[in-house]
Amino acid sequence: MNFPAQILLTVAIAVPLLVAKTFYEERDMAPMAKDSVAHPSVGNAHNDSVVAGEPARQSSPSVFTPPQEAELPDNAFGVLVREGRDIFINTQKNAPEFVGNGLNCSNCHLDQGRKAGSAPLWGAYGMYPAYRKKNDKVNTFTERMQGCFEFSMNGKAPSSDSHVMKALGTYAYWLATKAPVGEDLPGRLYPVIPAPEKGFDLVKGKQIYAGQCSICHGGEGQGQKSAGVFVFPPLWGKDSYNWGAGMHRINTAAGFIKQNMPLGKGGSLTDDEAWHVAAYINSHERPQDPRLVDGSVEKTRKKYHEGDGVNLYGESVNGVMLGQGLN
Amino acid sequence: MSLATRFGLKTSIGACVFMLATAANAEPQGQKIYTQGGESPAAMACATCHGANGMGTDSAGFPRLAGLPQGYLVKQLEDFRSGKRANAVMQPIAVALNDTEGKAVASYLGAMAIAAPSVDLDPAGSNGSAAEKLVKQGDWSRNIPSCVACHGVGNRGVGESFPPLVGQSGAYIAAQLNAWRSGTRKNDPNDLMSHIARSLSDTEIQDLSAYFASLGGEAKQ
Repeated sequence: MNFPAQILLTVAIAVPLLVAKTFYEERDMAPMAKDSVAHPSVGNAHNDSVVAGEPARQSSPSVFTPPQEAELPDNAFGVLVREGRDIFINTQKNAPEFVGNGLNCSNCHLDQGRKAGSAPLWGAYGMYPAYRKKNDKVNTFTERMQGCFEFSMNGKAPSSDSHVMKALGTYAYWLATKAPVGEDLPGRLYPVIPAPEKGFDLVKGKQIYAGQCSICHGGEGQGQKSAGVFVFPPLWGKDSYNWGAGMHRINTAAGFIKQNMPLGKGGSLTDDEAWHVAAYINSHERPQDPRLVDGSVEKTRKKYHEGDGVNLYGESVNGVMLGQGLN
Repeated sequence: MSLATRFGLKTSIGACVFMLATAANAEPQGQKIYTQGGESPAAMACATCHGANGMGTDSAGFPRLAGLPQGYLVKQLEDFRSGKRANAVMQPIAVALNDTEGKAVASYLGAMAIAAPSVDLDPAGSNGSAAEKLVKQGDWSRNIPSCVACHGVGNRGVGESFPPLVGQSGAYIAAQLNAWRSGTRKNDPNDLMSHIARSLSDTEIQDLSAYFASLGGEAKQ
């Protein structure tokens, strides 16, 4: 009775303020792409080859199509591309020394890093080198991927001349074959989802999570394993992404969820539902931000989280301050 | 005071013995139901169709039950009863089994070990056929996730809701995909399987059935 009302009130006050000022993804100079995938194109000029009787393809003609595996040359380049792909989809097994949690690259970059609206590698590759506010310098593509290992994978970044980085970079390069350089391609990131008018609601988020997400990700966000290997990724807790990962931003997670979740049923949640459940997921404790300043959550919040989209690092939820970390 | 302690101790020992006895009983009872049937004469012996080893009868499309999670099996029995899962053969049997019997036989089956699959089950690797591509990669142009994305590494199954596909009868897999597509089976959580089945073509269902039939071999033991 009082409990949901309290949260609602807190959230209703805090969020519009946050959203008004910081509603954008942490972006590297380029303005946020309005995702064209979310709005299937009307024209079908490129779709007239669809064979009658076969299920209709939904891909929009304006979305970049990466090459198929059958097109890979049978040489050293092809071998390295495949190695990169294998690291990408099974990072747990193929690059374990750099991973500190239960995730694989392909958990956030669906369809082996190919899917539009799911931060595909072909969309990212041609956008680097680029300035990033996150570390206040120009990052090469390799440095950008190292950031993924440090934050999203809660691990250690492989060195830029390591085999892992070479293989992943080669895989991304191949997926971006014939993609224009320096162009913000449609479907490059996650779509931007407008925040709920009255702010996000953790109580609604909890209900949506229980109904739509827990069957795969578990009641406590712990993920699910099969034969000792994570099949469904952990969403919070010690095995998930840390407080420095982009996904800890509620706006970013809402975009990912709206576009891609539940798996295979992307677009089935409303914008508001995506926000509520993203907020619920990101209102739980997870591994500490490795940039922790002087051991202080408050200082870290000020330095790294205040201007970083909508997030709950260092905020109090139900009387408990988030950002303590679980390392 | 010492009497009370003694009494408490006695009670808890008694409870332990009772629990042990119950646990020890669960399996023989499940086994008996599986091989001989339940109390009601209409609750036929499962082994008649699903095989003595629980591996099903591949050609007839009777599924493998051995090693399937207890929770999954109990849910299927409930859904056969309620009609959420329409099946002329299983419906009367599920009605004839009482809840205790259903749980016991499901527990017996869940504990059954199955032979290790002999094929390479790595989700990565090249995708030879169209079916193998669907299994390992899906087809995201139609929002179809790969089978392994939910059924786990090597399709060995995940938790209580995502049953193993490896070692399963190919004819059964085709029958289920068709049932989900047509709506005669609608007991999947959140329409997760039905909406995928609705995106599959007849050819794809046949190919997937052949793919799984070719895999394990256990179902043919």
